[in-house]
Amino acid sequence: MFFRTAWSLVLRKGGLGIRGIHSPGDTAPSKGKMPPYTNYHAQRSYPMPDEPFCTELNAEQQALKEKEKGSWTQLSHAEKVALYRLQFHETFAEMNHRSNEWKTVMGCVFFFCGFTALLIWWQRVYVFPKKPLTLTDEWKSQQLQRILDMKGNPVQGLASQWDYEKKEWKK
Amino acid sequence: IASSALAKPQMCGLLDKRLLFHIVGAIIVSLGVAAFYKFAEAEPRKKAYADFYRNYDSIKDFEEMRKAGIFQRAK
Repeated sequence: MFFRTAWSLVLRKGGLGIRGIHSPGDTAPSKGKMPPYTNYHAQRSYPMPDEPFCTELNAEQQALKEKEKGSWTQLSHAEKVALYRLQFHETFAEMNHRSNEWKTVMGCVFFFCGFTALLIWWQRVYVFPKKPLTLTDEWKSQQLQRILDMKGNPVQGLASQWDYEKKEWKK
Repeated sequence: IASSALAKPQMCGLLDKRLLFHIVGAIIVSLGVAAFYKFAEAEPRKKAYADFYRNYDSIKDFEEMRKAGIFQRAK
């Protein structure tokens, strides 16, 4: 941890590489390309991208890359971390960390559902034509009475809930 | 930055373990669902039908329907 903070301080001061300091979650386009047209994209299901994160290296980084070609035991811990950061934008922990985005998504979903409900209400009042005859309350009650007279589903269904002596629904 | 050694993770038998867990779980879940359905739905339904038809008088039922006026030929 000490080396990490030290190294990030060095980055801040030196401005190594083309990229500045990124908080996890940022995409960093390589020079000449506008976001998000970068070939670097790592995700949990495809964690090893085709190209490294930093492609334009300044002198110090190039020196480090040369050193990498030798034995890795010579590399200090901070150098290894720096090489990792050149190759990859984020560590696995940073890449996979959870976010609160779902709250925003659900909030927007519910908001637009509510808005749609208002639109449909307005439609009901100003657009819909008169109800057909068979959907009026009078017709529907006559229809229900006929079904009960025919004893539709008398074992477990509709007519089983009707009390024929008292002429009302069973409690 | 790890300073302490981690415990050695399981190296072999991962698929066996997963399969056993899921096979046993599947058997239990399916038997449980079937048993639940039988005793929550099938048995009450059979009982309801048995109770309905135990003292069912079809002629009386027919007469009630006829008086209610639903038939076209048997008034």
